[in-house]
Amino acid sequence: MKRSHFSRRGVLKTGAVAGAGLMLPTYLRAQDSGFTNAPTGDTVTFGFNVPQTGPYAEEGLDELRAQELAVQHLNGEGDGGMLSTFSSKTLDGTGVLGKKVNFVTGDTQTKSDVGRASAQSMIQKDGCIMINGGSSSGVAVAVQGLCQEAGVIFMAGLTHSNDTTGKDRKANGFRHFFNAYMSAAAMTPVLEKAYGNDRQAYHLTADYTWGWTQQESMAAATEAVGWSTVQNVLTPVGAGDFSSYIAPVLNSGADILVLNHYGGDMVNSLTQAVQFGLKGKQVNGKDFQIVVPLYSELMAKGAGSNIEGVYGSMNWNWQLEDEGTKAFVKSFGEKYGFPPSNAAHTCYVQTLLYADAVTRAGSFNPCAVAEALEDFEFDGMGNGPTLYRGADHQCFKDVLVMEGTASASGNANMVGYDTLKIIEQTPRAQVEYPEDHPMFAGGSLGECNPGA
Amino acid sequence: MDAIILQILNGLDKGSAYALIALGLTLIFGTLGVVNFAHGALFMIGAFCAVTMQRLLTLSHTVIDPSQTDFLGNPLQTKVPYLASVFGTEGAQALITWSVPLSIILVIPVMLFVGWAMERGLIKHFYKRPHADQILVTFGLAIVLQEIIRAIYGANPIQSPAPPMFSGSIDIGEYLGFQANAIVYPIWRLVYFAFSAVIIAAVFAFLQFTTFGMVVRAGMADRETVGMLGIDIDKRFTLMFGLAAAVAGLAGAMYAPIVSPNYHMGMDFLVLSFVVVVVGGMGSLPGAVFAGFLLGILQGFASMNEVKAVLPGIDQIVIYLVAIIILLTRPRGLMGRAGVMED
Repeated sequence: MKRSHFSRRGVLKTGAVAGAGLMLPTYLRAQDSGFTNAPTGDTVTFGFNVPQTGPYAEEGLDELRAQELAVQHLNGEGDGGMLSTFSSKTLDGTGVLGKKVNFVTGDTQTKSDVGRASAQSMIQKDGCIMINGGSSSGVAVAVQGLCQEAGVIFMAGLTHSNDTTGKDRKANGFRHFFNAYMSAAAMTPVLEKAYGNDRQAYHLTADYTWGWTQQESMAAATEAVGWSTVQNVLTPVGAGDFSSYIAPVLNSGADILVLNHYGGDMVNSLTQAVQFGLKGKQVNGKDFQIVVPLYSELMAKGAGSNIEGVYGSMNWNWQLEDEGTKAFVKSFGEKYGFPPSNAAHTCYVQTLLYADAVTRAGSFNPCAVAEALEDFEFDGMGNGPTLYRGADHQCFKDVLVMEGTASASGNANMVGYDTLKIIEQTPRAQVEYPEDHPMFAGGSLGECNPGA
Repeated sequence: MDAIILQILNGLDKGSAYALIALGLTLIFGTLGVVNFAHGALFMIGAFCAVTMQRLLTLSHTVIDPSQTDFLGNPLQTKVPYLASVFGTEGAQALITWSVPLSIILVIPVMLFVGWAMERGLIKHFYKRPHADQILVTFGLAIVLQEIIRAIYGANPIQSPAPPMFSGSIDIGEYLGFQANAIVYPIWRLVYFAFSAVIIAAVFAFLQFTTFGMVVRAGMADRETVGMLGIDIDKRFTLMFGLAAAVAGLAGAMYAPIVSPNYHMGMDFLVLSFVVVVVGGMGSLPGAVFAGFLLGILQGFASMNEVKAVLPGIDQIVIYLVAIIILLTRPRGLMGRAGVMED
């Protein structure tokens, strides 16, 4: 009998070395190219990091639908969507720099640590060249920090905190979505016109980065036109029953309730405020009013008829009349059977903007891409002429002020989509601010990191 | 004073939910000795029974209206509830608005079945295992149940309004001699409190005044002796598990207009309800109910701005703070019996 030369220890050692080699992060093997995850074959991989489980899963899944559509359009499938209306004409449906676009997805669960881990996995194991998506500022700030360290571009999804492009801004991170300051700047003239300038506001604020900056922005903007802030009460995220926070509003002397809440918290706090009779109550000789600074279609759907007469703001809405919006709504609607949300829109646009920047730069090198995105002016993507400001990587464009209404179509499937009416498209100039504005102070972009 | 009354009302309302969940938890622990971490999921399933009833009542067929177009310019497809062909449009609409109270007829059989299936299919295999094993398996079951609900109904909260006649608010202050609009309170929350009181009274009456209840109480006190009398106590305890599930389900269904049902709402209540059980005394039904209302009211007071100005963040920790104080001074809880969970 012939004796084998393999020993158990030898096999284990060999296996360990081979395994380690195979598991060596792609980005480490790509260092020769000068940047992380340089694509070598005829494909390039995008990483779509969205909440697929957890409280914002519906929004995340809508982002994913739009991202998949964007990839199809980049690869020449479907009707091309916004490629035909985008002012930059570098994208021709043949992929990006001749490479077919693939994508992988990650689940952030709307948790910063999970979102960061899933982005890390997509960068290291799947070789993603960029990360896009998300539905929370906490997660966006965490993932943006990771992308900066790893040397890939982060094209943020739905993140509305001032901090994302303020104190937590990063050279590798870019935000198309608007922010809390812009919401306040757009809404305040509308609120002043509707409710006058002698109002007492009571704020209920979600106790995390987005809530704080939203409250600060709304309070500053409304106080500047003569309103006073009676009280700001921080509420825990996911409180469910807000009755003990709403009851004190009744006799506080306030005649406006500002709900700095998002998602399920907004659905519950608004519904409960209406149940407590706040809407329609008379205080200080005025009708009591409720304001929701940040709206989304999915929140409007959850709140049902309670949003009637309530003002809010959005980054974009499917009812806009421009050609870019029409093209995107048609593509999305024909594929999925309902209109896109503003979370879907921002992720779709971010994907195309990244691909366009790569094409204009002629390279996937994140620093070249960042340079192409900085101070890039474009149009045809749904909000009129838009600037990606180089100083803080924030997009500046028109902002929509919305009012909740009864369903226009009476179609149950359209609740949330046709129960929000655009009442003003606030011009970009009105929501712009200097790059050293105090609400955005304390951060710096730093140096672009190519990962080499 | 008006602020204090409002927070007492809020406390009674929250306490109602805590008490109903804690009552079920105590029933299960007292009869079967099981620490059921899936009990919050039963509350959540009850809430989704209300959603299901709403969907059943709005089951529709599609009618194409060529005179209107949808957002893509295609002929508009409108949904017409099947109920409309039986009761007319207005009659159907009226029935649909009553979906939450009507869901009670769905909740009871569904929750009795879910409770029976949980007990027979899984939990009975863990009776002789340590409490830690029971906690792990029931917590795992809770996660599975909530993910099933998420897969079916999605992650967004689903609005389940109260019937129109109960959906507004009432100026209680006027009845108590306060100025108008000083104490305005949602009618449905008062309905929920009254409903909880009726359910709690019914459970106590059932245990106190029926032969079945007497046997169950005897079994809770001395299982072996009751068994030696030739009574199949296990079967009765299984039924009690079903009853506890039904109580949690009813609590959840009627809570749907207060907090829009979402798949993780059970977890939000579970930990608090366990604290309620421990504060009330493990195995004590009156203790669970009393502690539920007590902690609900304390939580309401702690949320007052005047209190938070002195003790910031107290609203987040008050329940746990009270639990620590009570357990340090009365380790068996407020109404705990000697020998329960003391080995």
